[in-house]
Amino acid sequence: MIAPATHLPRVVLYEGPGSQPFKGAERLALLAGLLDRGYWVTRADTTAAASDGNAVLVVGCFAGAAPAVVADSQPVSVIDATGLASDATIDRIEVARADEPMNRPNGPDTWKPWFPVIDTDRCTNCMQCLTFCLFDVYGVASDHTLRVENPANCKVNCPACSRVCPEVAIMFPKYHAGPIDGSPVRQQDVAAEKMKVDISALLGGDIYERLRQRSEGAKARFSKERDAKQALSERRRCLTKLADAAQIPREVLDALPTPEEIERRTAAAAEKAAAALAAQSTPATPTT
Amino acid sequence: MTTASKPSTDSAEPRIVYCRCAYAQVVPEEVKQEVLAGIAASGRGFEAVADLCEMAARRDPQLKALAADDRPLKIAACWPRAVEGLFRLADAPLPTHGVEILNMRSDAAPQVLASILEQPAGVTDTEADV
Ligand code: SF4
Ligand code: SF4
Repeated sequence: MIAPATHLPRVVLYEGPGSQPFKGAERLALLAGLLDRGYWVTRADTTAAASDGNAVLVVGCFAGAAPAVVADSQPVSVIDATGLASDATIDRIEVARADEPMNRPNGPDTWKPWFPVIDTDRCTNCMQCLTFCLFDVYGVASDHTLRVENPANCKVNCPACSRVCPEVAIMFPKYHAGPIDGSPVRQQDVAAEKMKVDISALLGGDIYERLRQRSEGAKARFSKERDAKQALSERRRCLTKLADAAQIPREVLDALPTPEEIERRTAAAAEKAAAALAAQSTPATPTT
Repeated sequence: MTTASKPSTDSAEPRIVYCRCAYAQVVPEEVKQEVLAGIAASGRGFEAVADLCEMAARRDPQLKALAADDRPLKIAACWPRAVEGLFRLADAPLPTHGVEILNMRSDAAPQVLASILEQPAGVTDTEADV
């Protein structure tokens, strides 16, 4: 899970007065190494540029005498990289950063930033996605429009809600193909997306409803026959069909809550959507 | 060797932002590496971030600061529709003028570099690494 509203650790690569420039290959290796570890890097050649923002570390080839690169009020560490290879500089940065929590691109508990992004030029605020999502990713903004409220609740690699949007307004920037990846929407995409909505209708109007019915059927058979194997294979068949039709990763379907919980969440989301739609159609009270 | 011939805070010089897309392999590795190498060798000041998506999800306040900056902004990332949506999601909508988004997902590195390093008329270029 990601921490909300935290700053990305920012490292300033300082190459201004009072320092020697990095060698070209070292500068590139340092930049790439820090970015691939999740940092924000600013390359600055003036002390003003270095002070701009919330630097946590300033790195430069100072030959032992670091200039006053940032304002005294800023809690920063200054690292002299004179004579150090990029790997050794990165090691020093990691030590200086201490135990500040941060998401890491290749860390053991990495959260892959996967969540829906709304094209507000296309979105009509119909709230279908809000009703569809079981994980509270969507919410309603104070102006009654759709808002991606809890991006970190989204199930990684699942683009299912983009399939229910009739306007092709939902993007997943890390998806592998257009238009879901954010590439321009063509007329044929709009038609194709409409077809996908129909697929969901074919599955019973709502894939979760379909899943719920199947799960309940399987549960009833399970209790009657006490045949766990059959119930499991029934559930698997159903999930595979759903996964193929709506391109939902199996892990996501496997992790769905109980049918009762699905029902509860669907009702809560539908209520939220209905309230937003009602507010949208109510003319604003004129202020005096 | 890199030397600074003018401060990088000059109001006419665009601010450069490079996105590494570090949490996914959707931007071709060789394109993002070549673009980073070109920007790093240009002698210009710039911001390089690990992953704009990750920052947008955290609604990182630094995105607001970028969007609110008076200077023109050039962002090397992916599809402009997605990048604009990410800034909006982070409550940091990009201004409608003065922002150029370069697409490393669809365009070749030389094309991205030529656009991102292009200076407005009247701005002296810095001396780049060779
Ligand atoms: S389903 Fe599409 S158009 Fe409707 S609110 Fe969601 S994003 Fe907007
Ligand atoms: S904005 Fe585009 S390039 Fe940057 S991290 Fe997101 S998907 Fe990758």
